[in-house]
Amino acid sequence: MSEATQALYLAVELVISMDAGLVEIVLLSLQVSLLAVAVACAIGLPLGALLGIARFRGRRLLISINNALMGLPPVVVGLAVYLMLSRSGPFGVFGLLYTPTAMIIAQTLLVLPIVAALSRQTIEDLNAEYDEYLRSLDMRLAGRLKTLLWDGRASLATAAIAGLGRAIAEVGAVIIVGGNIDHVTRVMTTAIALETSKGDLALALALGLVLVTIALALNAAVEILRAGAERKLHAGA
Amino acid sequence: MKLLVALICILPLVATGAAAQDRFIILQSTTSTANSGLLDYLAPKFKDKTGIDLRVVAVGTGQALKNARNGDGDVLLVHAKQREEKFVADGFGTKRHDVMYNDFVIVGPDDDPADIAGVYDITVALKKISAAKSPFVSRGDESGTHITERGLWKLAGIDAAADSGTWYRETGSGMGATLNIATGMRAYTLTDRATWIAFANKPDFRIMVEGDKRLFNQYGIILVNQQRHPHVKAAEGQAFIDWLISPEGQLAISAYKRDGQQLFFPNAN
Repeated sequence: MSEATQALYLAVELVISMDAGLVEIVLLSLQVSLLAVAVACAIGLPLGALLGIARFRGRRLLISINNALMGLPPVVVGLAVYLMLSRSGPFGVFGLLYTPTAMIIAQTLLVLPIVAALSRQTIEDLNAEYDEYLRSLDMRLAGRLKTLLWDGRASLATAAIAGLGRAIAEVGAVIIVGGNIDHVTRVMTTAIALETSKGDLALALALGLVLVTIALALNAAVEILRAGAERKLHAGA
Repeated sequence: MKLLVALICILPLVATGAAAQDRFIILQSTTSTANSGLLDYLAPKFKDKTGIDLRVVAVGTGQALKNARNGDGDVLLVHAKQREEKFVADGFGTKRHDVMYNDFVIVGPDDDPADIAGVYDITVALKKISAAKSPFVSRGDESGTHITERGLWKLAGIDAAADSGTWYRETGSGMGATLNIATGMRAYTLTDRATWIAFANKPDFRIMVEGDKRLFNQYGIILVNQQRHPHVKAAEGQAFIDWLISPEGQLAISAYKRDGQQLFFPNAN
């Protein structure tokens, strides 16, 4: 049997048998990445929206920086967070290194620029479209932000999903700050890296297939929600 | 939005989930002890005995030493004796104990382009590899294996690093990744025997050189110094060290086998 078919076979077997080790790893992956995306959205959506509609000096520069940060290598973020959370670092006293919390922090930093940049673009376009209407209502900045964020929610969900894709797929940051500790900080990607380094390529590939399937399911779920929301929006209009 | 709020509410739960289970130590160790499955085998035995969870961070010896220096670990289990002794001398560790040993081997492709199969003297084998300019993959990552390998080239009187990028290739990766690369480019490499035996991806590859006493691979264990890093769990860490060098721990090490072969040989005094 070739490695690829063996991997496919193994992946199906792992999923069907609901392998306890696999379930634990998948749940931790989802927990870490979903929380990271949630925190990144809580900060990034308003920040991106503000950047989209406010006019101030240095705005273009901030947007450029934001866009550039989307390409931040995970390993650099991992290293920076390690230095912060290490016992010798400024936040060492909290003892967060090698915990899921450290992984959430690292992934939040990775996802934040993506959510902010994509929501900035969405809100900027929407603001141009709604400008006259919002002006007629004499809306203040806060009200404007709220309206735009709410009406743009379908597109903003895409920003969140893009962020989730980055979070759940990265290995460079979580392996440094999490340490890939069995039953504590081992997630899908670090497990794949480990199996690869053990030379068990079929198992590594099988885990990869499970990861892709989960990503697909998450995207499908968001797409369905979005389609529902859009239908409601049109029905209301 | 409600989902978002709900998710944010769980965040503290995740954070405390890890902290609630307080009886654990962090062991900074090498990829060879982890990838060979030894630590996965020892951890439950140690837990049964003491109730302490063993959390293993498996990196190269160089990085493990660095992490421990920063205080990011309670116990250090690595294989580069001189650096371990320096770690203790610099005040970062309390005392170094021998734990176990195995040996390094040179592995290579079956067709053996440098004709080193069965050569006993490691320096002769290395001279033949460099004379034939046969591809040789080095860890290149300051790991214990890399430090040993550099020492062996020096013994052979060859400045292999000067040819880096030609026949001598530095991966800067762990042992497993380096073995994957070696089998991929049909190159020789130096590996510890435990990782090699436990390694699954070795088509048409075998051990070429073994047995020279200079290929000896000693592992040592050190408790990180609590005076330097006050948060170190000295009692729990010492409990692990005491157990590992006790007759019970030593027996457990020798009982661990892969494919019927013993991977590590206990030698604590």
